[in-house]
Amino acid sequence: MSAQKPHLQAVEPDAAQVTEDARVAADQARVGWERFQEIIADDKRIEPRDWMPDDYRKTLVRQVSQHAHSEIIGMQPEGNWISRAPSLKRKSVLMAKVQDEAGHGLYLYSAAETLGTSRDETYEQLYTGKAKYSSIFNYPARTWADVGAVGWLVDGAAITNQVPLCRASYGPYGRAMVRVCKEESFHQRQGWEILYTLSHGTQAQKQMAQDAVDRFYGPALQMFGPPDAESPNSQQSMAWNIKRFSNDVLRQRFVDMIVPQAEALGLTLPDPDLKWNEERGHYDYGELDWDEFFSVVKGDGPLNHQRLAHYRAARDNGAWVREAAAAYADKQAAAQQDAALLSA
Amino acid sequence: MSDTVGFTSQDSATRISMGNAITAEELASREDRASEEVARYALILGDDSLMLAQRLGHWISRAPELEEDVALANIALDLLGHARFLLTYAGSAWDKTEDDLAYFRDEEEFRSARLVEHENGDFGQTIARQLIFSFYAYALYSRLLASTDETLSAIADKALKEVDYHRDHAAQWLMRLGGGTEESHRRMQTGLDTVWTYIEELFIDVEPTTQLAEAGVAVLPSALRDEVLTQLSTIIEEAGLRVPQAKGAFGADRSGRYSEHRGFILAEMQVLAREHPGATW
Repeated sequence: MSAQKPHLQAVEPDAAQVTEDARVAADQARVGWERFQEIIADDKRIEPRDWMPDDYRKTLVRQVSQHAHSEIIGMQPEGNWISRAPSLKRKSVLMAKVQDEAGHGLYLYSAAETLGTSRDETYEQLYTGKAKYSSIFNYPARTWADVGAVGWLVDGAAITNQVPLCRASYGPYGRAMVRVCKEESFHQRQGWEILYTLSHGTQAQKQMAQDAVDRFYGPALQMFGPPDAESPNSQQSMAWNIKRFSNDVLRQRFVDMIVPQAEALGLTLPDPDLKWNEERGHYDYGELDWDEFFSVVKGDGPLNHQRLAHYRAARDNGAWVREAAAAYADKQAAAQQDAALLSA
Repeated sequence: MSDTVGFTSQDSATRISMGNAITAEELASREDRASEEVARYALILGDDSLMLAQRLGHWISRAPELEEDVALANIALDLLGHARFLLTYAGSAWDKTEDDLAYFRDEEEFRSARLVEHENGDFGQTIARQLIFSFYAYALYSRLLASTDETLSAIADKALKEVDYHRDHAAQWLMRLGGGTEESHRRMQTGLDTVWTYIEELFIDVEPTTQLAEAGVAVLPSALRDEVLTQLSTIIEEAGLRVPQAKGAFGADRSGRYSEHRGFILAEMQVLAREHPGATW
C-alpha cells in the first residue's frame, strides 16, 4: 500500500472490473460451499478460516452467545449463596464453581469472536435485553438446597445437552465444550452431594431438599427447549452437525438419568405420570407447563428484571475501570513507540 | 455414598484448587495440636483472611470485566483456603472444627483487623485494600516460613506463593487506575485515602504474638511496618499517586474493639449455619 494518502474523489467504477470481481466471488463461494458440504458429510470440523454459509455462522453466533450469556447470568443465583454457605468447605466449592462459570463464559465469548462477533457486541446484546439466556436462571435460588438442585438438575440438564456438542461441527465451539463439560460434570456431582447430605440430615434439611427439587424439576426439563414439533431451528442445526439429537431425545435421556439418582437421594420427583415404560425402555413423564416456559422466555419470569438489572449494574459500575485500563494500555503503547523512535 | 447413579465423572466434588500442598482436611487429621497461645495467634491470621475472603466473594458476578470476576474469585478462594488452614489448626487446641470457629463464635471473639472488614466500596477502594493487605501478608508469610512451628511454616509456604500473585494483581491495577483516566486516578486516590487510616492496626504487637515471636513461632507485626510501608509508598508514587498521610484511626488493637461492619458480615455468613445448629452440610 502506498504511504501517501490517496486523494478522495469519486471514481467511476470500471464496469468490466465489477463483473470480474463478482465472478471471482461467486467462484470462491461455489468452491467454499462444495468444501463445506464435504466437511459436513464427512463429519469433520469447520474452522474459523473456512468458508461457511451465512446462516450457519448466524446460527452458531446465536447459540454460542446464548450459551455464554447463560453462564454469566447463571453466576447470579448461586453467587447469591457464597456469603451464606453453611460451611467453609461448601463456601470454597461454591466459589470455585461460580468462578468456573465465568471461565466458561470466557471460552464461549472467545468462540463467538472466531465467528467475527466481538465480545463488546455480544455483551451489548445481553445488556440491552436483545439476547436470550437460559430461562431457568430467572427462577430464584431461595434456599441452600436450591444450590444443590441447580447443580444436580440444571447442570445435569446442561451436560446432557452439551456432551453431544463436544462433537459440534464448528471446531472452536466443540473444543470449548470439551472443557466446559469436564467442569460441568463436577458441578453436577457437587450439587447431588449437597442434596444427598441434606436428604440424609435433619428433617428440616430433608424438607428443604425436597422443596428445591419440586421447584426445579419442571424448569430443568424445559431447558431442552420446546417439544420437537415446535422447535423450528432444530432440523437445520442437526443437518449441519451442530445439534446431534433432538430436544425430546435429550430430555428423555435426562429423565432416564435422574430418576435413579433421585431414588439414591431418597427424594421424589414432582411428576405423578413418571413411570417406567417397559415397552419403550424409557421413563414416561407428564406434560410440562409450556405456557409458563414461554412467558418466562418472553421476560415475565420471577426474576428476569432482577437478573438483567444486576448484570447492567455490574457493567455500569465497572465502565470507568475498563476505560482506565484501555487508556493506560494506549499510554503504554505510545510510550513504547516513543522510546523505539528515540533509540532508532 | 452410592457411585452407581450415572455421573460422567466420579471425581470428588470437593476439589478446591490444583496442586494444593496441604488441605484443611489433611490438617484436621494431623496428630499435632496447637498450643493455646499458637491457636490464639492462628486465629488472628485466620480471621483476617476469612473476613477478606467474605468481602471479596461479593465481587463475583459484579466485577468490571469477566476476567476480574475470575481473578477476584481466585484471590477470595486463596484467602478462604488460608483461613481454613489457620482456623483448623487453631481449633485443634480446643477440639473445635474450622466451622465451629467460623460460624459459632460471636462478634467479640473474632480477631480480624478493621482493614479487612472494611466495605468493598468501588473497585478502586477494593484494590487499595488488596494492595495493603497483600503486601502485609507477603511480608508476614515470608517470615513465618522460618517459624519453629512446623504447621505454621507449612501454611506460610503454601500461602506465600498465592499472596505473591495477589500483590501482583493489586499493583498492576494500582498502575492502571493511577495512570488511566482522570476519573480512575481520582477514585484510586480516594480508595487509598479511605482505607489507609486502618493500616497501623496491622502492625500493632498484641499478645500472644509478642511472646510467641520471642520463641521464634510467630512474626512480630511491628517488625513488618517499615518494610511494608516503604514498599507501598514506592509503588504508590510510581503509579503517580499520593501516599496518604492519614494518622492511624484510633481505637483498635484486635482485642474486641472492632468495626461496625463485623456484625453485618457475620450476620450474613453465619445465618444459615445457626438456623440449624448441629446439622451437617
